[in-house]
Amino acid sequence: MKKILKIALTATAFAVTVSFAGISTLSADSLTVVSWGGSYTKSQVEAYHKPFMKKTGIKINSEDYNGGMAQVKAQVESGKVVWDVVDLEYHDVVRGCDEGLLEEMDLSMLPPAPDGTPAKQDFIKGTLHECAVATIVWTTIYAYDKTKFKGMVPKTMADFFNIATFPGKRAMRKKPKSNLEMALMGDGVRAEDVYEMLSTKAGVDRAFRKLDTIKDHMVWWEAGAQPPQLLADGEVAMATAYNGRIFNAVATENKPFEIVWDGQVWDLDLWAIPKGAKNKANAMKFIAYSTDTKRLADQASWISYGPARKSSASMIGNHAISGVNMLPHMPTAPANFKNALKNDFEFWADHDDELTERFNNWLAK
Amino acid sequence: MSNISISDTVSKELPLKTKLRKAERRNKMRAYSLILPLGAFILIFFIAPIINVLVLSVDNPLLVDNFPKTVKSISQWNPTIDELPAENVYAAFAAEMKKAAKEKTIGRIATRLNYDKGGIRSLMTKTARKMKRMDVTQAPPKGTWQKTLLKIDKRWGKQEFWATIKNASKPLTAGYFLAAIDKKYDNDGSIIDAPDFKQIYLIVFWRTVWISALVTLTSVLLGYPVSFLLANMPLRYSNLLMILVLLPFWTSLLVRTTAWIVVLQTQGVLNDLLIFLGLINDRIQLIYNRFGVIVAMTHILLPFMILPIYSVMKNISPDYVRAARSLGANQWTSFWKVYFPQSVPGIGAGGLLVFILALGYYITPALVGGPRDQMASYFIAFHTNSSLNWGLAAALGTILLFGVLAVYWVYDKLVGIDNMKLG
Repeated sequence: MKKILKIALTATAFAVTVSFAGISTLSADSLTVVSWGGSYTKSQVEAYHKPFMKKTGIKINSEDYNGGMAQVKAQVESGKVVWDVVDLEYHDVVRGCDEGLLEEMDLSMLPPAPDGTPAKQDFIKGTLHECAVATIVWTTIYAYDKTKFKGMVPKTMADFFNIATFPGKRAMRKKPKSNLEMALMGDGVRAEDVYEMLSTKAGVDRAFRKLDTIKDHMVWWEAGAQPPQLLADGEVAMATAYNGRIFNAVATENKPFEIVWDGQVWDLDLWAIPKGAKNKANAMKFIAYSTDTKRLADQASWISYGPARKSSASMIGNHAISGVNMLPHMPTAPANFKNALKNDFEFWADHDDELTERFNNWLAK
Repeated sequence: MSNISISDTVSKELPLKTKLRKAERRNKMRAYSLILPLGAFILIFFIAPIINVLVLSVDNPLLVDNFPKTVKSISQWNPTIDELPAENVYAAFAAEMKKAAKEKTIGRIATRLNYDKGGIRSLMTKTARKMKRMDVTQAPPKGTWQKTLLKIDKRWGKQEFWATIKNASKPLTAGYFLAAIDKKYDNDGSIIDAPDFKQIYLIVFWRTVWISALVTLTSVLLGYPVSFLLANMPLRYSNLLMILVLLPFWTSLLVRTTAWIVVLQTQGVLNDLLIFLGLINDRIQLIYNRFGVIVAMTHILLPFMILPIYSVMKNISPDYVRAARSLGANQWTSFWKVYFPQSVPGIGAGGLLVFILALGYYITPALVGGPRDQMASYFIAFHTNSSLNWGLAAALGTILLFGVLAVYWVYDKLVGIDNMKLG
């Protein structure tokens, strides 16, 4: 009798706990939002995730990755989609949409600007795609440690490749995108001719030859947080980086880094939903919320990336922590935009595979 | 006097032979049922995936499934006789292109063809975009589909693009294996060398073998004295030393590799020490190069060398060395001529183990090596996770697998696996 009672009691306790656990997971909606980590994800958490969670009660799980469609592709093709919202580069969006890997966006859900301008006109031209909505304008630049170069300082893209005048190691992203363009610009090609050259075999050869000149001095980075770390450690003298990461290292950690804007290669980052994502409705809600005028302007107060909406520009203020005015640090600020190259997303959507293969082979030899 | 006949006893009780056979079969069944779970586990999680990989390395379904009419008609085309395929190929291709564009399957097919010929992806996606707006049920806008496609892009008049499609139109292909040994199909289907910038895998395979051999050598040089010490010390001390050998063995691989990064990096412990001692003035590069890879891999694979040699040495009777000394041999001669030959089976076993393990190593070279030190497994991982070219990953993996089996076979012929003593 005692034994039966014991068993019955344990079973009831177990059942009750399990049902409580079940209830608690059912009551909270959640979203998995994937971005690039480091100070960039932090800016999104502060400007988008936290206010969204407060407003709707939907919990957001933030995950990191280093770009590319490979993980999205693997998830969609295996039928097990775990990610709900992904922060993608523009050429990945074009490619992913072509291959049916991304959900179509309901652009009518995007709110208008405060002054009533409909979303379609408020977003900068070219930042809305049938499969994605842009959040920021960002750029790849190179930065150096001010304390390492006294007197003559690097000012142009050609200086990055000049080991003789500016000795020390270099760091570049371990992908051909932006590296090939910078190599050509460092070799004297004008920004407007870069992609025409890269469409020819001779142009690609020339870019790789230029990279060859500094290959032995190179450290390769994959995560956006690495370049400021490499500069701070003294491992390298100059590093290409996403501009916002360098700005954050300077503004929040007082690092003596200086950005060289000459030859910047700028691009867009967009929110997209992988096809078959489980929380598509909430994902759309999140995207509509995080790309409204105030949110984009808030995001610009945490990291120096330009908002994709025209109406947000006037709302850009000072940095949330250091109080520095953000406008002069934007990629699109007139002083920084003198020799800028817009990343040709169609070129990379088409040629990423073979150029990545060639780049990896070049690395391994 | 017994009234019971022999036939009675035989019919009532089974003869001893049958009883024995039954008992033996029962024992056998019991033994099989005990290892059945293990057998099922190995079959499902080991053999089946390997078979899957072998299939992936030759499987080529995309064109056959999505462009069936084109595949059928292009098989009639002989590139050595006609420069370009016939009009019916162009017509079938145009119709199926439009279908693929609408169903959004064109991306995967274009990516697959791009493995064989760089640049065909942009050609296919561009053509698909234009074909989406055309009506393929009516007559071609430019008279023939050939002229229409040529108007969309001049490259459809070049043999190499059609040859790529033809070479990729069989359900089973050797293309991935060819790529894995730096070769490719020519326009007429013959096998030629891949373009210069694609030639990487033979270098990588050679590098894998070379690094593995180097690591095996350093493991022998470092591990033999340790095993000798362990085998010939009094039991109390040798137990303690054995724990010191096994302890890193039980620590996580990633932790050990990361520890080496901290020690060897330019601003790390070893460089600091060397500068403090005044031995060097400029910091030296000890990591993200071949030196770091050899050091870290040797450290991690050392227990696999020490333990087999130790177990063999433990079984070497000291009488032989004593006999040699008593016959007048000096220390070195008695070691080299009497003791060492008896420990060679242990070196063989440890060497085989370390070599085969090193061949497949991925995480250590990936973390502490530079781009020029990556071994075959890095590329297999890259093609599995990043480029998603699973055919090439499978082909590289299969070559590695057969390479290891070849090493095993050679060892068996030379030494004999049955002679391998692991203790």
